[in-house]
Amino acid sequence: MKYLYLIFSSLRRKKLRTGLTILSIMVAFVLFGYLTAIRQAFVAGVEVAGADRLIVRHKVSLVQLLPQSYESRIEQIKGVENAAHATWFGGIYQEPRNFFAQMPMVPEEIFSMFPEYVISDEHQAEFLATRSGAIAGRGIVERFGWKVGDRIPIQATIWGKKDGGRTWEFDLVGIYDGAEKGTDTSQFFFRYDFFDETRAFGQGQVGWYTVKVSDPDRAAEIAAAIDAEFANSPQETKAEPEGAFVQGFANQIGNIGFIIMSIMTAVFFTILLVAGNTMAYTVRERISELAVLKALGFTDRGVLSLVLGESLSLTAVGGVIGLILAWLLVSMGDPTQGSFPVFYIPTRDLLTGVFLIAAMAFVAGIIPAIQAQRLQIADALRR
Amino acid sequence: MTADDADGILVRVGQVDKEFKRGSEVVHVLGGLDLEIPNGEFLALMGPSGSGKSTLLNLIGGLDRPSEGSVEVGGQRVDQLSARKLATWRARHVGLVFQFYNLMPVLNAQKNVELPLLLTRLSRSERKKRASLALDIVGLSHRAGHYPRQLSGGEQQRTGIARAIVTDPTLLLCDEPTGDLDRKSGDEVLDLLQALNKEQGKTIIMVTHDNHAANRASRILYLNKGQLSIDPVD
Amino acid sequence: MRSVSQRKGSSAAALFGIAGVVAVMVGVLSIAQGVRKTMDGSAVDENAIVLRSGADSEMMSGLAGDDTRIIAEAPGIARNGDGALASPELFVIINLPMRSTGTDANVPLRGVQGQATAVRDSFQLVAGRMFEWGLNEVIVGTGAQEEFAGLEIGSSIEVGQDNWPVVGAFSARGGIAESEIWVDAAVLQPAFRRGNSFQSVAVKLESPQAYDEFKNSLTSDPRLNVKPQREAEYYASQSRTVYNMITGLGTLIAVIMGLGAVFGALNTMYTAVSSRTREIATLRALGFHSTPVIISVLSESLVLAFAGGLIGAGLAWLAFDGFRAATLNWSSFSAITFAFDVNADLLAQGIIFALLIGLAGGLFPAIRAARQPVAQALREL
Repeated sequence: MKYLYLIFSSLRRKKLRTGLTILSIMVAFVLFGYLTAIRQAFVAGVEVAGADRLIVRHKVSLVQLLPQSYESRIEQIKGVENAAHATWFGGIYQEPRNFFAQMPMVPEEIFSMFPEYVISDEHQAEFLATRSGAIAGRGIVERFGWKVGDRIPIQATIWGKKDGGRTWEFDLVGIYDGAEKGTDTSQFFFRYDFFDETRAFGQGQVGWYTVKVSDPDRAAEIAAAIDAEFANSPQETKAEPEGAFVQGFANQIGNIGFIIMSIMTAVFFTILLVAGNTMAYTVRERISELAVLKALGFTDRGVLSLVLGESLSLTAVGGVIGLILAWLLVSMGDPTQGSFPVFYIPTRDLLTGVFLIAAMAFVAGIIPAIQAQRLQIADALRR
Repeated sequence: MTADDADGILVRVGQVDKEFKRGSEVVHVLGGLDLEIPNGEFLALMGPSGSGKSTLLNLIGGLDRPSEGSVEVGGQRVDQLSARKLATWRARHVGLVFQFYNLMPVLNAQKNVELPLLLTRLSRSERKKRASLALDIVGLSHRAGHYPRQLSGGEQQRTGIARAIVTDPTLLLCDEPTGDLDRKSGDEVLDLLQALNKEQGKTIIMVTHDNHAANRASRILYLNKGQLSIDPVD
Repeated sequence: MRSVSQRKGSSAAALFGIAGVVAVMVGVLSIAQGVRKTMDGSAVDENAIVLRSGADSEMMSGLAGDDTRIIAEAPGIARNGDGALASPELFVIINLPMRSTGTDANVPLRGVQGQATAVRDSFQLVAGRMFEWGLNEVIVGTGAQEEFAGLEIGSSIEVGQDNWPVVGAFSARGGIAESEIWVDAAVLQPAFRRGNSFQSVAVKLESPQAYDEFKNSLTSDPRLNVKPQREAEYYASQSRTVYNMITGLGTLIAVIMGLGAVFGALNTMYTAVSSRTREIATLRALGFHSTPVIISVLSESLVLAFAGGLIGAGLAWLAFDGFRAATLNWSSFSAITFAFDVNADLLAQGIIFALLIGLAGGLFPAIRAARQPVAQALREL
């Protein structure tokens, strides 16, 4: 601790240079934090996917519908606890860029299937009692400034109404919260019975099934049993664990993880050059001073630690400020104005950030530190 | 460290050779040099540039190692210590004063003087107290908060001396301590060294070019072509 | 001597820093350019597409067989020996594994009629043969063939309980059709139980000017409830979301990174100035004005930045141009394959951005050098 003063004094020597270096390191960590939040937006679904849930869809593609009658057949398969169907509504609220998912489901099934959606008993009861009712996640409710009791008009793109109209109106009767940070609170659920009797076509047809299994370890086996049940029928199915389904979907958008990793590598490499360069300067400029310290009795290792300590202070200050700024930036909202289901920096990535701070300090400081360590006092003092 | 030798010899340099490699050429700076310095002596080392004065000083201070021969200070074979032990040894037993003061520009006088104490186990308050005392001895208490660039050359050198004595070493090694000072400031520094020698019994080895400075010492030795003599070089 | 080698290291750090920024910026933006080029690039001025009114994409559209016949009779449509150049089409997706990850992608499967290739003049069969009309055969776009597994000629795709052999491959001048699989609409309709319905009609008009007449006739026809759009307009709206998102993100990243590079450049230039303090002061003592000093510092910074920009843009071009990838077109819920497009505009943007960084990084140090009091500077060191 007593050497801290020495370290900070050295950093104060060239305030401008120290400041600029800290700023550039800060920038790297702002980007790091921001990019991890973007990555998280794409992978959170996989992380929070229920290990005990399968998704069953039409084998040919997700947009092909399945009969509602499959539900009871699925529920009879051994190892299946419960099945719930959902259908993609794909409507537009006000304008196309206000994208969010709307799905008609059976109300009771929502709550039993997705324990991660936390909703009060009153809201649940209200939903069961209101045919045109809908419940929405906290995320979109805040995004559009809705409140319970609002009437929400949604333009159908696929599902016209029997009466020829295309505007569906729903009464917002409840709001659900996410049980975890990564839970998607950007969804909008309404009642399947209302949907089925109002839509112009497709009665008795649903989009996909979510299936809860009793034993997650047997998920693959149960998925195979479901697919076998409907093999050679006009509507064959493809059942897979929810995590795999979400991952597959994310993969279609692109290899986000890879792209972000590449950007981050470039960013860190760039900043490492800047920070490493500064540290190299700091040492070169002070060769005689370091020699004096050694002459006064500082050990080689002591001098090495001193230089590494300087490097660490520099990166720590820049890195921590950067992470905090990133956190602030991320809490201001996502760059797509709300299209991401979740947008936050996971704790795990914050820890990675802290690790990266240490790693960067080490890499930037180690060569100058070794130079300082190897310094021959007599030679250095002669200069 | 005490001069526990029965004969009161603090520094014993025996048959020391020192060579430097300058490119492919080997330069012999010291050859078979012997020197004994009794405890409590104020020795001035004189000689032309490149005669090896500073080299000899570095060897005694454990800043460099001889190519051959032995260097013994207070009964300790300095040339045989590991780099790590040597550093600790220096911190404890030797005070160094440099021609260009070599103060840390980012630390004020007080903190500069305190620097060697960081290597001890002393408490923060004790460090502060000792540093203040050392500054007091060199007469710079009133300048404790000033940074080196705010001090005159003489004041900087006195700060350097305070730093050298703060750990209370027996041996002070001064490399041209007045070399960069005007006569008046130089005299002040020399007065100080003399006082430290007489009143506190510090053994002092001072390398200098300046006869005026050397005359303050209790003994003058001349170094020429790697050999010591009591006669000036002509 | 030492100061020169120090400055070399520092200059190299600034140079590669700027190169890194430019490479990332150009790389990310080339994704957006690639998507846009694929989507809009396939648009032809005299072509139009007709969807059901209210539908934003073919996926959501639906047109009865009768409607498509009425549309084909509209004025302004070009004709050839086989009649009007209007192609009623069916658009569905099927799941096929991506080569890169092995996970399923929504691959577009288009049911076409005889005039489809005449409407799209970019269509060109590059391997195998055209499917036989009325048979369960498909031809695949070259982009789809590259990105998705199991589309080689001779293999077959599984649709329901049938296997449809792949008999040919086609290109479409890099356009979006290359991401698709084509089949006879008459085969696709029963397989997907679509009766005699379609989703869109693609038409070629006599000239781009004929569009207004064509549009008016359709929108005023009481039998129809359709939305005609120029092809360019349609594709632009399809690619807008992806394009804006990637461009916005890329710009944001570039700006933040650029800030980091400015700090690095400032460091370098301040160091350069301080190591030349004496030289600059001497020049000024000899009577030189401060302008040449400012110019020399600024130009050093700009040269560094320009070199960094060139290296970065060059790296991005080498690494990314033509790199093929697939993404999801949100509007149609189907995959599009595209190639990263590092074009001249992007390269110029990258280099301009680098010069801006150089300007920002050189200006303040230059001013400081010029303002330095001569006497003080001469005393220093």
